Amino acid sequence: MNTVTPPEYLPESSSDTTRFTRHFRAEKFDFWSFFFSGLTGLATLFILGILATILLNIIVNGWSAISWHFVSTIPKKDFFDASTTGVLPMIVGTAFRVIVMTIFVIPVGVITAIYLTEYAANTSLITRIIRAAVNNLAGVPSIVFGLFGLGFFINFVGKNLDKLLHNANAVWGQPALLWASLTLAVMTLPVVIVATEESLKAIPPGLREASLALGATKLETILKIVLPQALPGIMTGGILAVSRAAGEVAPILFTGVAYYMASLPGHLSDQFMDLGYHVFVLATQSPNIEQTRPILYATVLVLLLLTFALNIVAILIRARVRKKLRALG
Amino acid sequence: MVETLIPKPAPPAAFAAATPAGAPFIEIEDVSLFYGASQALKNISLKLQEKVVTAFIGPSGCGKSTLLRCLNRMNDLIDNVRIDGAIKIGGHNIYAPDVDVIELRKRVGMVFQKSNPFPKSIYENVAYGLRLHGVKAKSDLDSRIEECLRASALWDEVRDRLHSSALGLSGGQQQRLCIARAIAIKPEVILMDEPASALDPIATARIEDLILDLKKEFTIVIVTHNMQQAARISDQTAFFYIGELVEFGPTTKIFTNPAQKRTEDYVSGRFG
Repeated sequence: MNTVTPPEYLPESSSDTTRFTRHFRAEKFDFWSFFFSGLTGLATLFILGILATILLNIIVNGWSAISWHFVSTIPKKDFFDASTTGVLPMIVGTAFRVIVMTIFVIPVGVITAIYLTEYAANTSLITRIIRAAVNNLAGVPSIVFGLFGLGFFINFVGKNLDKLLHNANAVWGQPALLWASLTLAVMTLPVVIVATEESLKAIPPGLREASLALGATKLETILKIVLPQALPGIMTGGILAVSRAAGEVAPILFTGVAYYMASLPGHLSDQFMDLGYHVFVLATQSPNIEQTRPILYATVLVLLLLTFALNIVAILIRARVRKKLRALG
Repeated sequence: MVETLIPKPAPPAAFAAATPAGAPFIEIEDVSLFYGASQALKNISLKLQEKVVTAFIGPSGCGKSTLLRCLNRMNDLIDNVRIDGAIKIGGHNIYAPDVDVIELRKRVGMVFQKSNPFPKSIYENVAYGLRLHGVKAKSDLDSRIEECLRASALWDEVRDRLHSSALGLSGGQQQRLCIARAIAIKPEVILMDEPASALDPIATARIEDLILDLKKEFTIVIVTHNMQQAARISDQTAFFYIGELVEFGPTTKIFTNPAQKRTEDYVSGRFG
């Protein structure tokens, strides 16, 4: 029987694994590689640490003050008193303004993105102006959006609506849920446009060509092939917009939020209470800081949980859409 | 493929002039194409017969795909393209101002180099074109889809999973699905842009068999880099080089006894 000699690069004995692996180890300790991997790791830990500190502080201090009574009560005028306070109108107001905003921002943002990616010539002056406008819109401070909402939606659109429909009685020409939501929609427009554009660009050009080559019009191709594929990306844009808008206070300051309302908002022209603004009120207007502190923490926690819940719902819907696209389409 | 369910719509004015037997079906007349300032096609003239497989061969960048895409006006989608000359299909210039591009593309189908099934079910992929052109009833769709999948030699492999995703098919199956999708709307011409270049030899052979089969019904123009493929499946071959048509003739002649030195060098593998 012939013995087969193993090739030289294999270890002489297969059990001698240490000998085999040793060749692939760095022979020398590399200081710089160690230093930079340590540095990046520390930076990550630092971020995690900050987030954990914030969240833990809020949860530990706020948890004990949260009760069913707290989240389901419409407070009396003195909401600084722990026994009578509640945040139901603030939860409702915040949720409403975010939902109404989403209803407006998604269609406008998606249609703009479709125009920019599918129709507009990339190099034309108009396209460049629109893109620059979108980018600049994203950089405008949120308080400026609040002032814009007051000036444009309330004083211009609202007052003129009242002249037309209500004999100049103030119905729409004052802060309202609708105007606050629209102001937020304008603010989050760039987020939706950019996310939609990215998802439209990610669709292989071959799919568009295949559809057009079958005699589909451009519109049919967009509606039946492109948009269904882009849906998860569009929803990501929606989720980002919701996250940003839920915690914003400045844009709604002049456009719809109320210091106190005795009842829940029932109409788009009503004012509303808001969790973020209520946190500001509790932190600055309380006659008794020590007594208000637990309520303040609890309100912040409710705001975080609400934002979290809105996100989770959107993420679950997106996951369903993705699954459906993958399975069938 | 039998003409059963959908009565073929009366040809519109664009295609009204029926071609007499033996007359060329596609006439490319002095076509030049420019991408901005650079000229991609130089005064190409070609006459292609009906129900014949014509192969466009030539080295990369010779303009063969560009010319193919002129035949269903897919080049319209690219900015900055200018086309001179005329292309007549069935006697009518498809670049005439009164031509409906949608109707043209319905009559001149296309299969692409990279198989591009829609991320939908196998059934929906074929149904897409049919629905676009007005087939709505479920029973019509069902039988037409079966017919096309049989014609593209895919039916036996997918009959049990018509409603699962087309993306789960192998590369060769996907390409045959794309062919089924293209023939579903009963085009007169099928353009194929290197339809087997991304497939293994077995899948390629099946596509080639399919092309020979489809020739009975359709006029086929195929761009290929594979010389043996052109020799195996085509009746006529056109050799292009840097935007010019060098030689056009029966495939056997082009491969065995070309008139031009450049053609001989290319088909014998001396360059390209």
